[in-house]
Amino acid sequence: MRRLVGRGLLFTTAIVATLVLLLPLIIIVLTAFKPSAEVNAYPPTLAPHAWTLDNFHRIFSDLPFARLFLNSFVFAGGVTLFALVFDSLAAYALARLDFRGNRLLLIVIVASLMIPFQATLIPVYQLVAHLHWVNSFAGLIAPRAADAFGIFFLRQFFVSLPRDLDNAARIDGASELRVFWNIVLPNAVPALLTLGIFTFVNNWNDLLWPLVFTTDPKMATITSGLTMLTGPSGIIPYGTMMAGSLIAVLPLALLFLFVQRRFIESVATTGLK
Amino acid sequence: MTTMTQPARRRYRPPRQLGGGGRSSGFRFGRGRGPMAMAFMLPALVILGAFVFWPMISALRLSFTHSSGFGPTTWVGLDNYREILHDPKILKTLGVTGLYTVMFTPTAIVLALALALLLTNKALLGRGAFRTALFLPFVISMAVAAFAWSYLLDPQLGLLNYWLREIGIQLGNVLQDPHLALPAVVVVAVWKSFGFYMVIFIAGLQQVPEELHDAARIDGANAWQRLTRITLPQLSTTFAFVVVFATIAALQAFDQIYVMTGGGPYRHTQTVVAEIYSQGFKKLDLGLATAISYVLLLITLVMSLIQFRFFGSREKDVVG
Repeated sequence: MRRLVGRGLLFTTAIVATLVLLLPLIIIVLTAFKPSAEVNAYPPTLAPHAWTLDNFHRIFSDLPFARLFLNSFVFAGGVTLFALVFDSLAAYALARLDFRGNRLLLIVIVASLMIPFQATLIPVYQLVAHLHWVNSFAGLIAPRAADAFGIFFLRQFFVSLPRDLDNAARIDGASELRVFWNIVLPNAVPALLTLGIFTFVNNWNDLLWPLVFTTDPKMATITSGLTMLTGPSGIIPYGTMMAGSLIAVLPLALLFLFVQRRFIESVATTGLK
Repeated sequence: MTTMTQPARRRYRPPRQLGGGGRSSGFRFGRGRGPMAMAFMLPALVILGAFVFWPMISALRLSFTHSSGFGPTTWVGLDNYREILHDPKILKTLGVTGLYTVMFTPTAIVLALALALLLTNKALLGRGAFRTALFLPFVISMAVAAFAWSYLLDPQLGLLNYWLREIGIQLGNVLQDPHLALPAVVVVAVWKSFGFYMVIFIAGLQQVPEELHDAARIDGANAWQRLTRITLPQLSTTFAFVVVFATIAALQAFDQIYVMTGGGPYRHTQTVVAEIYSQGFKKLDLGLATAISYVLLLITLVMSLIQFRFFGSREKDVVG
């Protein structure tokens, strides 16, 4: 009996904590479907009285929202794709090819993990501007087309793969590129998926980067575009903003729910490393 | 290149476990390994070289100049760094960032650890579902989190503000309040990231051997004693990692501040990164902005070096 009460108490605590902590999320979802009269009413309410899709209509007329959504996909998807290819190529060389300077390059790459991107933002911007890449996907994507964390992460994974696998292919006369493409990569799918999700989510959610590299509202991402809703009047159209936020969050929430086990486990292992 | 002599010199070396190619298998693909490796490394090296390493050097040079990005660039020596030390406005951004870090790191860690302890309790039903739900805020962008919190805290329309008023807590206009604005942007960051640290703590807690708890229980230790004498000491490595990780994240605070306060009121939430953004991209004082960037870089490096000290032996496994 006492144990049952204990269990019930524990469960109730967890439920209450979860509901309190998810309140901002609940607010986003419920406000997105609220008519503006209710959003601006006093006293404020939690759930909408009359559910409506007005806010979703409005976000598409107030902002080039479809375009922003597409931009986010091209930007985050492009960075992810390039980074996976370039990082895995470099990681393969560091993990499998014995060349002079291997160790040194690895140390330099690991050391560069300590550089926050905010610290080099201005020279990177100057370079991008010099290339006439401001307001272009090239400017958004190229500086992130490879990254030290990805190289290091994949290198660690490749080193852990049994070497007999690729040596067997080499005996059969396979080229290094074939060994990489046909042997190592297929065995590294879990690591690639983990890194890919991380990269995609980070870039989709990034604010400072698109803020700096795009000045044309048509080139903004969904994250930086939503900040344009706060007009000069200072009045924030919360209903529209929550509808936009909900759409911005949805792809990631779905992606996360599909692969949550892998995602959470990968986070967990970063802490144990 | 010297690469050509490498096979001969390396032949008698004992096989290595990490790094290095198929040499240990007794299989020879010696020649051409260097150029081959370069071909594999080239795309990544070009990107990192152009957008990480060169900007590092370029930023240092720029920080000794006065430049607006247009027109001439004049060499001013240490003037920008002197300005950081003497301009109370800029100095304050360091103070704000420090205060932000001091508020953020312990709050995030205590919340994450408490939830991790709750969610590793074997008596709790549906642990996986709770873990998923509580991790969700981490998937959301800081900007969206900031929108939701701005609404919750709005002096007239905000539900949270209203509820608190109902129970007698008058917060007023939180984001315009010099005392409450910084805590408010910290709360948003804590809310967005606690799930991340929670998951790391859960992983750490799962590594604590069950026998230790059983033994302690047999010896008559109560739950609090088991927590403070066994669980927490066993968690020290995870703890150190999370502290450093959270601190570095706090040093880079920007997104929710840009959305919620714009650095105000009266620069009470103007962090270092917010200052880099406004000096570099609004006031176009590139020299000063990069000097501030370098200060941020140095602070981050010091924090990272501490991290490497904590994990010194492990990093040696990896690199050395």
